[in-house]
Parts: sequence; structure tokens; C-alpha cells
Amino acid sequence: MKIKPLQIIAHIILIIGVLLMVVPIWISFASSSHDSVTILTEGMKFHIGDQLARNYNEVLNEKGGWSEEVTAAKMFINSFIMALGIATLKVVISAMSAYALVYYRFKLAVPIFWLIFITLLVPLEVRIFPSYKIVSDLGLTNSYTGLILPLVASATATFFFRQFYKTIPDELLESAKLDGANAWSFFIDFLVPLSKTMIAAMFIFMFVYGYSQYLWPLIMTTAEEYWTVVMGMKIIYTESYEGVALPRTAERFAYIILSMIPPVLVVVFLQKWFIKGLIQTEK
Amino acid sequence: MSFLDLKNVTKIYPNGTKAVHETSLSIDEGEFMVFVGPSGCGKSTLLRMVAGLEDITEGDINLDGKLMNEVDPSERDVAMVFQNYALYPHMNVYNNLAYGLKNRGIDKETIEQKVNDAAKLLQISDYLQRKPSMLSGGQRQRVAMGRAIVRNPKIFLFDEPLSNLDAKLRIQMRLEIKKLQQKVGVTSIFVTHDQVEAMTLADRLAVINNGIIEQLGTPIEIYDNPKSLFVAGFIGSPQMNFLDGNLKNKTLSAEGFEIKDVNTEHEGEVTLGIRPEHLVQSENGLINLKVDLVEQLGSDNLVYGQLKNIKDFCYRCPGNQTIEKGSNLSLNIENKKYYIFDKSTGKRVN
Repeated sequence: MKIKPLQIIAHIILIIGVLLMVVPIWISFASSSHDSVTILTEGMKFHIGDQLARNYNEVLNEKGGWSEEVTAAKMFINSFIMALGIATLKVVISAMSAYALVYYRFKLAVPIFWLIFITLLVPLEVRIFPSYKIVSDLGLTNSYTGLILPLVASATATFFFRQFYKTIPDELLESAKLDGANAWSFFIDFLVPLSKTMIAAMFIFMFVYGYSQYLWPLIMTTAEEYWTVVMGMKIIYTESYEGVALPRTAERFAYIILSMIPPVLVVVFLQKWFIKGLIQTEK
Repeated sequence: MSFLDLKNVTKIYPNGTKAVHETSLSIDEGEFMVFVGPSGCGKSTLLRMVAGLEDITEGDINLDGKLMNEVDPSERDVAMVFQNYALYPHMNVYNNLAYGLKNRGIDKETIEQKVNDAAKLLQISDYLQRKPSMLSGGQRQRVAMGRAIVRNPKIFLFDEPLSNLDAKLRIQMRLEIKKLQQKVGVTSIFVTHDQVEAMTLADRLAVINNGIIEQLGTPIEIYDNPKSLFVAGFIGSPQMNFLDGNLKNKTLSAEGFEIKDVNTEHEGEVTLGIRPEHLVQSENGLINLKVDLVEQLGSDNLVYGQLKNIKDFCYRCPGNQTIEKGSNLSLNIENKKYYIFDKSTGKRVN
């Protein structure tokens, strides 16, 4: 096979892109296997050191925070629950609201859709005080419900589902109607299986979105048992010990590497569906 | 009361378009009815109103003695084959066929038996585990029909189901549909814009134009005895030749020839229609045709020529006759088989 110059250039650009993505992660990983003193004196590392097991064990099991009770493992679980809840509910709610907007031809469908779409201009950070007021009035601070609920409405996902449903031919609905499908069974038996790749994609995006939330959990949670990974990154291992202790750089790197695992797993697991959907043209 | 009764059915779309005008029609049990007409004539709308996919603006539809106007499509017990088949892309053939039965709460063994019977009838048993995307056009067509048959509905509705197939397959499936309908004996309505399909399939034919049934009858009745200019032009292939003429004292004068003793009292401007197959060559014939083009179909020759100011006047003769381009033919009308229509109303007058 002949390689064209354009292909070489394209590959060089892609390789540079990959390196920009991968090298920092590798440095973080390599640095997490040394002890903090080495890193502070010699800088970040490219090779694996001998402190790997110790650092990771410490990060996962050491109790930290003001109460000295919260562990990184607990924070991972919290983040996972929050991201899972947000992603699942976002997908379910968006798919269903898009279904209503596309298939129930009521007059207000279009204005309502645009109203939903406009909320893209009002992210959580903008409405954080009113949102906090509502959640706190409902008594939901320091709870998973409080962490998840204000984030489950999604204009983006609603938009994507709406666009997808619009491409499904009307005959399919009519045919299903004649086959005795009601509104609910059409959604479950047709739209959900037809949009499963869409659902997988949305789930990935929304999971990462939920997982990387910082401001909302920071404001929402006063109890340390609801701390999330991203908050922990800021809080944990920053306090100096007795005023003279060294920053625990190596453990921080270990913590960063661990915090990347859940979203990576979600992507890896759902990618199978993703690619399947790209290869099979079923529509 | 007959099996399916349409009484003054009218459809007006929200934007004010009147798609179907006060149409009344009765279809007997087991009958194969074909709606034929040009695209946009309202034939599909009429079919979809029977299915319940379109609301009825005015009038009544009765099926098997029950008023259907407000009945949900899923409760009407009708099955429809769509133009693009509308197979369920994410289900295999088996589930495509079984879905309607499952929704009716039929038990698994019965479903399996019914699906297998239908598959056998349509020769799709080998493809039951395949997805629709892995089937050819003809196989998809069969699956779509299987989905209709398996439910054993009161009425089959076909919405131009053959128009996505290539010519050869279309003729084959046409035959299969007819055979199948005779075998299963279910009342059917078939919508098409193809007059050959309409003629071959129908027990009775409804020629529809602008939302009105122009003529209703057996295919041969309509072919022999078209009641309007539209029906005459639409049914028959190649198309009927039309000439302008004038009627006076039972004498019709058209492009350079006269027909005497016409069987009508009508006078004035008319259109004369002659089918290409109703012309015969004879000496001193009425019509002199200068041949421009001959299409040899093997069994027949289609001769196109000029007749005074009329271009592409068509004459059909047996394939064993050789006709030279540029020659002059002298033609007569066989057995007074000509049709006269009032020029302004388009109604038949003889």
C-alpha cells in the first residue's frame, strides 16, 4: 500500500494529539509511584518508582478531613453514585420529554421545546443560589438526592433525542399502532431499542459531566461523608502537618490517577454499544 | 349492509385542503378492491381513514356492522402494508411478525404456530432470525405481508406496496398478492397509481381523481365503458388517443374525418377518444396516419404517427406486421368502439 504525504502529515498531527493527551497522564502515573520527597527534590518522573503499592494503599484507606473519618474510597463511591444518578435520570427524563415533544402534537410543543433549549443559557453556576435555596428548603442538603436532583434536567440531551426521534419514519409509529402498541409500549419497544446507541453516548457524556461536578457538591455538602472526588482533590492532602510537613505530592498523583478510573470504565464499557451502533445501520 | 361501508366520508385537513369529498362506497366480504388514481388524488387518505390513521372530518365508516369513526386503530382489527414496508428495524423477522400478536396477549405457543404458518405460506421460514436490514426488497415485502396475515385481520390495507420494487419483482409480487388474497380470502383494499396493477389485482376498481370516485366497477367494465375523460385516459395502456371534434345532427367531425350516426343527441364541442387497440387497417379507412415511430414489443407493435395536427397518435397492431417508418396507414375504428366526451364537463355522452 502506498502512503501518501497527506496521510503522513495527518498521522503526525494525530500522534502529537495523542501525546498531548497521554504524556501528562503517564507523568502523573509515574510520579505516583515515587515518594513525595523524591518528587519535590527531583521533579516529576517518567519512570516507575518503588512506592506504588504504598501510595495507593495510603490514598484509599487513610482517613482525612476535619473529622479524620472520610477516606478517598468513600469519596469515590459518593462521586460514582452522584454521576450514575445524574446520568441515568438525565437520559430517562430527556428521552421521555423528547418523546412527548415529538409525538404528542400539542400546540405548545415548539415553544416548550425552545423554553427547554433556552435553559442551556442558564447553567447551574448561574442559578446556584436559587437552586441552593430550594434544595435547602426541601431539607435535601447533605443527601444524595440533593446532590443529584438539581442537575437532572438536560436541554442538550432533550435536543439530541428530539432530533433523533424526528428521523424515525411516521410509518413505524402507524404500523406499531395497527399492531396494537400504545403510547408507552411504542416508547419502550421501539424508541428505546432504536436509540440505544444514542442512549449510550448520552450516558457517557452525562456521567462524565456528573462526575466532574465541583461547585454544586462543594456548596451542597457540609458533612464530609458526602464529599466527592473532585472536591477531595482540592481539600484532601493540602493541610500541612504541624506547620512543617511536606506537601504529599506523590499521594496526590495517586489520587488523580484513581479518580480517572470510573469515567474511563464507563467509556470502555459503553464503547462497545457505541461502535456497534456506528457499524450497523438499522434505520 | 355490506362488510365495509363508507358513507359520505369527507376529509378536510387543518390547512383547509379538501382531500376526500363525500365519498360513499361499499365493499363486500372477501372482495379485492383497488383504489387507483394519480398521486395526490386522495386515495391514500381514504385508505388511512379506514385504518384509523387519519381522522374523519365528516361521514361514517362501518366495518363488519360496527361504526369505526372513533375507534382507535389498534382496536379496528385491520392490517396495513406500507409503501416502505415499515418493518421494525431492531426486531428480527420472527418478532416483526409476532409483535402484534404479543400485544393482543396471545400465549407463546399460539404465536409461534401462527408465525410459523404465515412464514411457511410466504416462504420466509429461513429468514425468521434475520433483521430486516439483511433482507432483499422482495423478502421485506413478504415480511410486511406476513405481519398483516399473521394477525388474521378483518381487512387488509395495501398502500402502494409494490412501488419500491423493480419491474420484474413487482410483477411477481403482484401475482403472489392476488394468489394469497384468494387463498386467505380476506377483504382487501389496495391503493396504487399504476393502472396495470389496478386492472390485474382488482375484483372491483375505484378510479379516484381530486378526492372523488370518478367511476366504480370491475376492471373490464371500466375499460370498456369509461364514464369520463379522466377515467378513459387513466385506464388502458398505451393511453387512449384524444381528438377534438364537433357534434352536430348525430355527425361527429374531427381532424379531417367524420363519423356519422353517432349514438347521442348531444351537440357541440366534444373530445373523441379512440383506444390504440381498437384500430384496424383497412382500405379507404377514416383515419390517415403518417408513421413517425414504431415501438416493437414483440407481441405487439406500437405505431406512433401524425394525424393532421395531432402528434403521437397511437395505433397498436400485432407484432408480426411490419410497418415502415414514414409510411401512410389507413385505419378504421373497430366495431364503433369510440368514446365521446363533452369537452367542458369531461362526461361521456355516447
